[in-house]
Amino acid sequence: MGISNIWVFAQVANGAPTSGSLELVTKARTFGGTVSVWVAGDGAAVAGALGEYGASKVFAVDYGQNLAGVSVASAMKATIDGGESPDLIMFPQSYEGRDVMARLSVKLGRTVLTNSVDIEAAGDSVSATTPIFGGNTLVTTTFTGGAPYLAAFRPKSFNPEASGGAAAAVQAVSVPDLGATGTAKITAVHVEETTGPKLDEANIVVSGGRGLGESANYAMIETLAKLLKGAPGASRAIVDAGWVPYSYQVGQTGKVVKPSVYIAAGISGATQHMVGMKGSKNIIAINKDKEAPIFGIADLGIVGDVHKVLPKLIEALQAR
Amino acid sequence: IVCVKQIPDPANPGALDATSNTLKREGKLILDESDSYGVEMALQLVDAAGGGEVSLVSMAPNSETAGLRTALAMGAAKAVLVSDPALQGSDALTTAKILAAAIQRLGGADLIIAATESSDGYTGTVPEQIAEVLGLPSVTFAKKVSIEGGVLKADRQTEEGYDEVTCPLPALISVTAGVVEPRYPSFKGIMAAKSKPVDEVTAADLGVTPVGWAGAGQQISNIAQAEARAAGEVIEDDGETFGKIVTFLEGLKVI
Ligand SMILES: Cc1cc2nc3c(=O)[nH]c(=O)nc-3n(C[C@H](O)[C@H](O)[C@H](O)COP(=O)(O)OP(=O)(O)OC[C@H]3O[C@@H](n4cnc5c(N)ncnc54)[C@H](O)[C@@H]3O)c2cc1C
Ligand SMILES: Nc1ncnc2c1ncn2[C@@H]1O[C@H](COP(=O)(O)O)[C@@H](O)[C@H]1O
Repeated sequence: MGISNIWVFAQVANGAPTSGSLELVTKARTFGGTVSVWVAGDGAAVAGALGEYGASKVFAVDYGQNLAGVSVASAMKATIDGGESPDLIMFPQSYEGRDVMARLSVKLGRTVLTNSVDIEAAGDSVSATTPIFGGNTLVTTTFTGGAPYLAAFRPKSFNPEASGGAAAAVQAVSVPDLGATGTAKITAVHVEETTGPKLDEANIVVSGGRGLGESANYAMIETLAKLLKGAPGASRAIVDAGWVPYSYQVGQTGKVVKPSVYIAAGISGATQHMVGMKGSKNIIAINKDKEAPIFGIADLGIVGDVHKVLPKLIEALQAR
Repeated sequence: IVCVKQIPDPANPGALDATSNTLKREGKLILDESDSYGVEMALQLVDAAGGGEVSLVSMAPNSETAGLRTALAMGAAKAVLVSDPALQGSDALTTAKILAAAIQRLGGADLIIAATESSDGYTGTVPEQIAEVLGLPSVTFAKKVSIEGGVLKADRQTEEGYDEVTCPLPALISVTAGVVEPRYPSFKGIMAAKSKPVDEVTAADLGVTPVGWAGAGQQISNIAQAEARAAGEVIEDDGETFGKIVTFLEGLKVI
């Protein structure tokens, strides 16, 4: 039997599937079965891109003013009740992905394995791997009971690779009556402007932490990122302090980045931060405390004051 | 009603129990910092409404109440604690069913608040699962919340920015860290918390079965150490180390 019918929920942002979603389609393809992708919103707009990565079908859910999570989960449930039988449903560990899988897990009475970085099928047994303790330990968990198996994946778990397929066929799926669960309505959508490369796609990331001392000093991080044609990032400490928006956060509850170069300035290296950046090819850390955990994973560590090192570095790069 | 998780102090590195392969949850537990925002938000909403009460629900081993007492000291009125050895190994879905039943035991609420994810388990699914079990609308990742005329208004974090969402009560929200500044319990609050009611129940009292390993649709099959990343060169700044960084970047041909 094995895994032959796979569903992937794709998160769409700015009119395109996120790279985290394309990774899942790529991985789904390796099982050798059919891959169908669910999207919240316009299916036609993404059918080309999804087909290129191996999806044969796109289920598009027009959720109107409803929240996407509950709408897609209900549409999935109705489709399963209508006779479709996915063996595995993969979700990105994203805002909408989390809502869809949580609602669906209750509707189907099935567990969902979250924060996975890998998945394997051996015969009828399906297992997912999750890093814990900041990624130092890998736990493999096997689903018990029958399909469908629900699993959610951290971004950057797989490499997205196009297979050159034709555009996927789009099938619109309507949202069943949601009852009370459908009474939350979206009244306005705000898109935050970003310039420069996206944090989770940039080749170079420069992140600042509490060691910068105050909000105004974050300008040094932005200047440096710009000089290096990279993206600025942040630890949660300064996101919580309101210095920068949440979208800048790197770590367990923020973005996972794997750039060629990651520069951490005034960041201690808490496990929750490191889990989001330790896949970087090269890590440079600047911290005044030589005992800071970040030095344990840095390729180049500078024990020094960010207020001294960063201005000189910026000056040297500007002079080039 | 606020869902509060009691967890081992994150300052101490966690460990897995070698026989059961679950996170060790013994010894003193504390209030998960992520949930202190929910407690504070609930207290502020009750203040703004000019009436009402904040209750807590928690599922924890060994009749642990230390974390609950912290939340009671902040100003919550009472709590239901689900503590039962049978709960060991429960997955997120079972946890959500248990918490939903505990919420019903309190007679439901106008608003249920949880954190977007816990500090030790971080599945991030429990709140939305509770909403589904109870058949309630929900707003997850709420970063700004108010209630006007029985309708909840919230800004919900999204991939591209945020959405403004309205939702009639009763409802469930999950709040991100930093939405409000949690208060420190006062001495008076700490004293008062000692005598506030904590209703301790088992899974059977709530009528939820099966729980624990038996109810979980998953089984741990392997534990391995990840490949460690080796530390490189660490040098003290002498005023010239910026040059080392430039050389390093040049070596990688990124500048
Ligand atoms: C559930 C949960 C999820 C979390 N998720 C995340 C996450 O996604 N991302 C994240 O980043 N964190 C996350 N955290 C928080 C994390 O535990 C840390 O609190 C946070 O990463 C610390 O940020 P920081 O390194 O900026 O601050 P600190 O830990 O305060 O470190 C500041 C560092 O700056 C150094 N410093 C001070 N002054 C200077 C100077 N003048 N020059 C150079 N160095 C200086 C200090 O030596 C120190 O090492 C999470 C926590 C929890 C509980
Ligand atoms: N055992 C528990 N007791 C009380 N609340 C919980 C428990 N588990 C999860 N929660 C709530 O659900 C949120 C998300 O948890 P999780 O899905 O484990 O990341 C937590 O921050 C709590 O608000």
